[in-house]
Amino acid sequence: MSEAMHTTPAPDGGPAGPPVLPTPAETTKLGIWLWLASDCALFASLIATYLTLHGQTAGGPTAQQLFDLPLTLVSTFALLLSSVTMGVALEALQKDDIAALRRWLVVTALLGAIFVGLEIREFHHYTVSGLWFQRSDFASSFYVLVGFHGLHVSFGIAWILSLLIFTFRKPGGITRADHWRFEMMSLYWYFVDVVWVVIFTVIYLLGKVG
Amino acid sequence: MATLSERMPAALARRTAAEYGIWSWLTTVDHKRIGIMYLVSATIFFIFGGTEAFLMRLQLMRPENHIVSFQLFNQLFTMHGITMIFLAVMPLLIGYINVVMPLQIGARDVAYPRLNAVSLWLFFAGGLMLYSSWFLGGAPNAGWYNYAPINTGGVLNPGSDTLGISFYVLGLQIAGIGTLLSGINFTATILNLRAPGMSLMRMPLFVWTVLITSILIVFAFPPFTANLGLLMFDRLFNTGFFDPSKGGNALLWQQLFWIFGHPEVYILIMPAFGMISEVVPTFSRKPLFGYTTMVFAIIVIAFLAFMVWSHHMFTTGMGAVVNSVFAATSMAIAVPTGVKIFNWIATMWGGRIRYTTSMLFAIGFLFCFVIGGMSGVMLAAAPADYQFNDSYFLVAHIHYVLIGGSLFALFAGTYYWFPKMTGRLLSERLGKLNFWIVLIGFNVTFFPMHFLGIDGMPRRVATYPPGLGLSFWNFVSTIGVFILTAGILIFLYNLRDSLRNGEIAGPDPWDARTLEWSIPSPAPEYNFAQIPLVRGRDALWVEKQHGDGRMLPAQIVEQHGDHDADDHDAHQHHADRHLVHMPSPTPLPLILGAGAMVAGYAGLYRVWWLAILALVACFYGIFRLMYDRDPGYYVEPKGDVG
Repeated sequence: MSEAMHTTPAPDGGPAGPPVLPTPAETTKLGIWLWLASDCALFASLIATYLTLHGQTAGGPTAQQLFDLPLTLVSTFALLLSSVTMGVALEALQKDDIAALRRWLVVTALLGAIFVGLEIREFHHYTVSGLWFQRSDFASSFYVLVGFHGLHVSFGIAWILSLLIFTFRKPGGITRADHWRFEMMSLYWYFVDVVWVVIFTVIYLLGKVG
Repeated sequence: MATLSERMPAALARRTAAEYGIWSWLTTVDHKRIGIMYLVSATIFFIFGGTEAFLMRLQLMRPENHIVSFQLFNQLFTMHGITMIFLAVMPLLIGYINVVMPLQIGARDVAYPRLNAVSLWLFFAGGLMLYSSWFLGGAPNAGWYNYAPINTGGVLNPGSDTLGISFYVLGLQIAGIGTLLSGINFTATILNLRAPGMSLMRMPLFVWTVLITSILIVFAFPPFTANLGLLMFDRLFNTGFFDPSKGGNALLWQQLFWIFGHPEVYILIMPAFGMISEVVPTFSRKPLFGYTTMVFAIIVIAFLAFMVWSHHMFTTGMGAVVNSVFAATSMAIAVPTGVKIFNWIATMWGGRIRYTTSMLFAIGFLFCFVIGGMSGVMLAAAPADYQFNDSYFLVAHIHYVLIGGSLFALFAGTYYWFPKMTGRLLSERLGKLNFWIVLIGFNVTFFPMHFLGIDGMPRRVATYPPGLGLSFWNFVSTIGVFILTAGILIFLYNLRDSLRNGEIAGPDPWDARTLEWSIPSPAPEYNFAQIPLVRGRDALWVEKQHGDGRMLPAQIVEQHGDHDADDHDAHQHHADRHLVHMPSPTPLPLILGAGAMVAGYAGLYRVWWLAILALVACFYGIFRLMYDRDPGYYVEPKGDVG
């Protein structure tokens, strides 16, 4: 265990390597990135399904007839704004301002809830307008893709709430050692927002213009 | 073995009462124990799958046989395929990855030990659910790829109006999520937990194949998850994604299935390549020939894996241009694969070869896998595929690559690593018998299928009339199954017998090259008393050549950025005393697996409140796993260096 040991020249001439292992937090963050990568493939599959089937309206309502862009724009705006407030929350965390962190997490979760609420209202509106889940393959693939994203947002809200509880219950308060938990959640939240931008473009914008 | 300091805080001294009881296995987060549980349960599923194959071959032994009904035959070939791919070969490989990979990179465990246990229990829950279908109205009956529209039932497949295919949907969904989590876990482990000095290009080739396989899993399983989800809506909620009569698209299932399915068959073969790449150099007493080209070959194969899926669909009418492109990409795969074959041969060339059972299986692998690869290139020729498609020629091909490839490598790996898991060697005498009988039985069973296919026998038929020229080779093939079964039984007997009576192995019975052989057999629960310093490729061999044959300890600067100050003090205190910090066992992964299974059954029987309750419970468990502070416990290693 002498100092010379890890500087021992490597027999094959390669590097002996830095004797520093990544922290568990760094490793966990890598796992989140990998999970999000796999989620990309999942959303890609569902988007491909929608693009394959969205013409199959089986005589039911079409996208052009139903979609109400101003309303969807409001929910889109709420979700994009939540990315901003999430950033503000993280900045508060960096400054160890826990009260501000809680405040902005609550705002973020509320914006997420507005998005989910508007989505439920939208689904309800479509259903009573004659586009229920099994009405046509356009309906099924639309509800599955958008609903799956809605579940992602809902899970994100639950995650934010669990972190809020964590800020109150963590013995000794939030320290620099806890930052990774918030950073991981924010990665997920940003990801879900970015996916929405794609979905909004593919389903609503393209659906409206044909 | 676990000496606890009286100065340790009470929370840290938490330790399960029984160190080896059944509860310690059910709650373990130790990668070696999890690996062994994968291996044991996958072996049991393998016996089930083998029995199903045995029954099918009995039926096909003579024309116009009626040992099993036609509907039962459909269930047999479906369950045989699902079992061998999802419940036997893949978990066997994941089992060995769990046991060996962290040892080979000099790590104390995988990146997320508790998630690893979640993976195991999800796999187990999914497998159990699938097999319960035999008793709950009949197994799935639409083949392992479960093509639409027969998977949605109705007039095309009245048999599937029972729950069978719903078991396929939910059982494989649960098991598949477990596999996806494994893929994430292994990738992060290899990227972040390698011992100091182990650069990427110093990793043992097995670790390389695990890394590439894991990346394949991360990107290939989600389309399958989506596909199964869509089919779940079709079957449980009467949507029509895959039902043309409702405007759905039956080919969509095939596309999504094979975008997953083709990478999947590489997931089944890549770690097998890795095992062969460990066994061949060790028993040739030479370094692996062309290490760098080997690494690039597997990277190229993984890249091509996502570019060839439509070669499973040549006859669906995609047109000449699409078929030509996919034929070309498929044939291109033969190039990196050929590089690997020649590298293994070149490794043996001029080496001092020891013909152990492990090495015999590796050589058998080379022969059989090359045959399977050749028929693969034949199938990749789109015009010829119109002839081969859905014939026994294809059955011969898939078994040559899956048995002659994956399974032979698994045999080689078992004879190679059994001592590291149990401390005892498998009997070489029985092993040689095992090898020759399996080799003969396998070839007698499957080589005639090439002829049967070219003679026009379609796959998945429950029987055939006499006088078509199919009787002779079918008879020979079934005789082969008897031989093959005898070989497998010898292997199982060898496992059981050597577990008790096998020769004591010692830490390094093969005079091998990689890190797992630098520690005692069986590996202690903390793996390495001190994290080793890696000074070259084939880390242990480097020390045998340039050092005293023992690994030097690495002086590690552990970062504790995510620990609290008091935790940090405790860590420092124990690090000074050379105690190893271990994660605590937990029942949460087991409960999560059970919860997923309850949700699955509730969905099957449309008890929606229970399904939602079980899913909520699962998510509660996930949050518990996220926030539970695990103080862990400390053990005092025996030796000073691993």
